[in-house]
Amino acid sequence: MKVVIIDYGAGNITSVKNALQRIGLDPSLSADAEEIRKADSVIFPGVGQASAAMEKLRSTGLDTLVPDLRQPVLGVCLGMQLMCAHTEEGDVHGLGIFPAKVKRFIPTASSERVPHMGWNKLDHIRSRIIPGDTGEAAFTYFVHSYYAELSPWTSAQSAFILPFSAALEKDNFYGVQFHPEKSGSYGQKILENFIELSKAYQ
Amino acid sequence: MLTKRIIPCLDVKDGRTVKGIRFKNLTDAGDPVELGALYSRAGADELVYLDITASHENRNTAAELAKEVAKELNIPFTIGGGISDVRQAASILQNGADKVTVNSAAVRNPGLIDELAHAFGSQAVVVAIDAEDHGDHWQVYVSGGRIPTERKLLEWAREVTSRGAGEILFTSMNHDGTKSGFALEALQQVCESVPIPVIASGGAGTMDHFREVFSQTWCTGALAASIFHYREIEITDLKKYLIDHGINMRI
Repeated sequence: MKVVIIDYGAGNITSVKNALQRIGLDPSLSADAEEIRKADSVIFPGVGQASAAMEKLRSTGLDTLVPDLRQPVLGVCLGMQLMCAHTEEGDVHGLGIFPAKVKRFIPTASSERVPHMGWNKLDHIRSRIIPGDTGEAAFTYFVHSYYAELSPWTSAQSAFILPFSAALEKDNFYGVQFHPEKSGSYGQKILENFIELSKAYQ
Repeated sequence: MLTKRIIPCLDVKDGRTVKGIRFKNLTDAGDPVELGALYSRAGADELVYLDITASHENRNTAAELAKEVAKELNIPFTIGGGISDVRQAASILQNGADKVTVNSAAVRNPGLIDELAHAFGSQAVVVAIDAEDHGDHWQVYVSGGRIPTERKLLEWAREVTSRGAGEILFTSMNHDGTKSGFALEALQQVCESVPIPVIASGGAGTMDHFREVFSQTWCTGALAASIFHYREIEITDLKKYLIDHGINMRI
């Protein structure tokens, strides 16, 4: 099982690497097109500012590589947002894998604090990787100021100010707005399910 | 709906947890990683580690701590204590911490907040503020509450927010260690002064104090140290209590 975490200088990848190591994997960090193409599954992380991250993807050619991948690809947080069509953050076009728009949270009451930071519940789960029937409540850890709108590709919702896409799925592409690597045993299960899925593609 | 966060704080000196000696089921209560994992299993939503190692000649201690904690823990954690430049923060965050917290260094050099937010994003930058009630206003202190500054709480809270802080951790020096409850009024004033998440600190003594702070202020998290270390309150019980009282919690 060859797992590659795309390392394009956008944010912290140590936590994702640690989480995969905890489930017995030995992920590689790489920005090399050949290595990424050969992987059984690919994790596309991202933290920070969208337009700066898109610029890094363009300058390394990853912007054309990622949408062409055939193995399971999991975008996390900003990674998921960059897989969408457009984001209001820096007004940039993303990779267009999910034809969804990313917008900024606008508080409707002064008690609402942006960024959306903390544990929130998932609902409307219809996902191949997110457990919806475990009996335990589906809480995951979020940190973000922008959100993907609900769309036909939404595979789990969460609500903060309004309902938004906590996860997206389309073909071999998966995206999660939350941080599975920081979401306790429930988050670990999601990573395990994603990796399990990859085995079917081998 | 976003849940409220319960955040145990662990003081770490020379790589060892200070306090936290009452845990029977720990093989090594001084091990910050093991203690953190225990809190995590009990339902802590997040952890804060404060590196209080007196000599900061060896500034790698915080980065080493981040590395060890990040290997084991699968919940978010923040590291603070003596961080005064971007390079130190970088080594801590690259080792797997989710956030860094700055306090005295930010008061002495407010530009540090801008630099940190620019380098790592606001979500990684927590500004801790220690302040004391001076009647008509709250005065900001540094160096663990020993040295008063010219700054007033609400002005400083607004300034750190405009400079890019992602979160404010406000400790009332009047309440800290008293177990008489959080500084509800001052906390709500901070919440109303800034649009970012505010964490309450100082004064937690009973489960009802947490209910008060979550129902009477807009704080999204509450931090405590000794009541958890000495097992005066179990996190599991606390969360059940809060849910029973209508507070939204992760269990």
